[in-house]
Amino acid sequence: MTLLAVERIKLFTTRSPWWCALAALAVVIGFAAIISGAAPAGELTEVSLTQFGYGFGMAVIMVLAALSVTTEYRFSTIRTTFQAVPNRTAALLAKTGVVAILSLVVGEVAAFGAWGLASVMRPEDLALDTAAEWTSVAGVGVVFALASVIAIAVGILIRHSAGAISLVLIYALAVENLIQLIPKIGKDIYEWMPFRVADRFLTGSGPARAEAPLSQAGSLAYFAGFALVLLVISLVVANKRDA
Amino acid sequence: MIEAAGLTKRYGKTLAVNDLSFSVAAGEVTGFLGPNGAGKSTTMRMILGLDNPTSGQVRIGGKLYRELKDPLRTVGALLDAKWVHPNRSARAHLRWMAKSNRIAESRVDEVLETVGLTSVAGKRAGGFSLGMSQRLGIAAALLGDPEVLLFDEPVNGLDPEGILWIRKFMHRLADEGRTVFVSSHLLSEMALTASHLVVIGKGQLISQSSTEDFVARAAENTVKVRSPQLPALRTALTQASAQVTDADRALVVSGLDSDKIGEIAAANQIVLHELSPQTGSLEQAFMQITGDSVEYHTGLEAEAAEVVTAAP
Repeated sequence: MTLLAVERIKLFTTRSPWWCALAALAVVIGFAAIISGAAPAGELTEVSLTQFGYGFGMAVIMVLAALSVTTEYRFSTIRTTFQAVPNRTAALLAKTGVVAILSLVVGEVAAFGAWGLASVMRPEDLALDTAAEWTSVAGVGVVFALASVIAIAVGILIRHSAGAISLVLIYALAVENLIQLIPKIGKDIYEWMPFRVADRFLTGSGPARAEAPLSQAGSLAYFAGFALVLLVISLVVANKRDA
Repeated sequence: MIEAAGLTKRYGKTLAVNDLSFSVAAGEVTGFLGPNGAGKSTTMRMILGLDNPTSGQVRIGGKLYRELKDPLRTVGALLDAKWVHPNRSARAHLRWMAKSNRIAESRVDEVLETVGLTSVAGKRAGGFSLGMSQRLGIAAALLGDPEVLLFDEPVNGLDPEGILWIRKFMHRLADEGRTVFVSSHLLSEMALTASHLVVIGKGQLISQSSTEDFVARAAENTVKVRSPQLPALRTALTQASAQVTDADRALVVSGLDSDKIGEIAAANQIVLHELSPQTGSLEQAFMQITGDSVEYHTGLEAEAAEVVTAAP
């Protein structure tokens, strides 16, 4: 518990988390505004469409998360951290926890903000009636939180700010889509890629539901499992190597 | 209080520390000397559990670092003043450290006061001068009021007032019964600060003794004598089987201490204008003893040799 407070102090006494959080909010809500403004009348009926920009917001959150770890390595405060808390696993888990909670909060605010803005701007019925509709909005925060866990794991493994951010951004924004281009098996591999599966979790009510290999709940479990495995690997490595 | 046994650290092909064993006692300031690349910082990191030894271990008060509960309350260390996030304020840096070890937050302001950084506590650490960063590092080391203190080059960047302050401070800490382990290159400062020395070179222990013994062992102890009756004095001393060398209108005598020389002169009715024992400097002793163990040689070996043989 104390360690969570410690990581909270660390996170909020530097500037980048504030900026990243604001940027993520701006991106997701901004996209909702664009969509609401641009879609022809009567076409914005799917609640999930208001979350169109979540992927970009998620990329920003992943940058925030990766940076929270890589700046510690860059300025060697990770050594101060491990000197103060020799139980490296506890220290890193506390950091992961705080960043994940922040990502969850930012995700929820962004998603509901986007939905709220769209509801106000468009006359169509965008009320949250079904469970699926709730999932597509409230699930964004959960996806953000798990994505931040993945980014932290990558940050711990790579340690280098520029390297971790590049990897995280390119992967989140491009790589999975590009996998589809592999002949014959590309599309099948694509359906099992973690961020694609996370997308399924959010948009399970969408028209492509029939092709999804996993149910909505299964998709969430898969994505969470992927994040967990990556985190465990990074913790093992962090413990073994020199600070 | 600090016991190292067979510490070895290998980075790939480089053997940074090789079977190093030493002990550091409480109640005194122990200096950690060695040329660049000798393995001092690596050893200190191993003491703090930051680097894992390839073999061997080091214990603090009988325990490994990771076995200590709230380690900052037992061991305070300043290894590198740059290990601070530049956008974080000095106070925030100390606050998170205090919180992580259940140290009262009032202690943060106390240590800032002790090192004289209260006025800049809220400023971002990236804007600090070298001296201010060093003071912040010292404050961090003192945060938990620990009984063991490790300092790696603490006077680096401090002005003369700061150097005097930290020397007195370390003595006071040692007098309070704490264990103070300091590594430094500033030999003249070390001679004034440390009462015991652990000297390493190329990752191995060279010597572990009191400062006096180290200096006495290495450098020649001679006596410089001036007299209006030099030739007579030289004869008398040579008869007493001392080695006498001529120096600029004086004699440098080795093999006899100043008491004996004074008595010989008096017995022979020779007037003395100067009778001063020349104890070797720590610099001479250091250069002589670690001469072979220097990891990174510059082209200044000839000049280094001059330091060793120069009459002070």
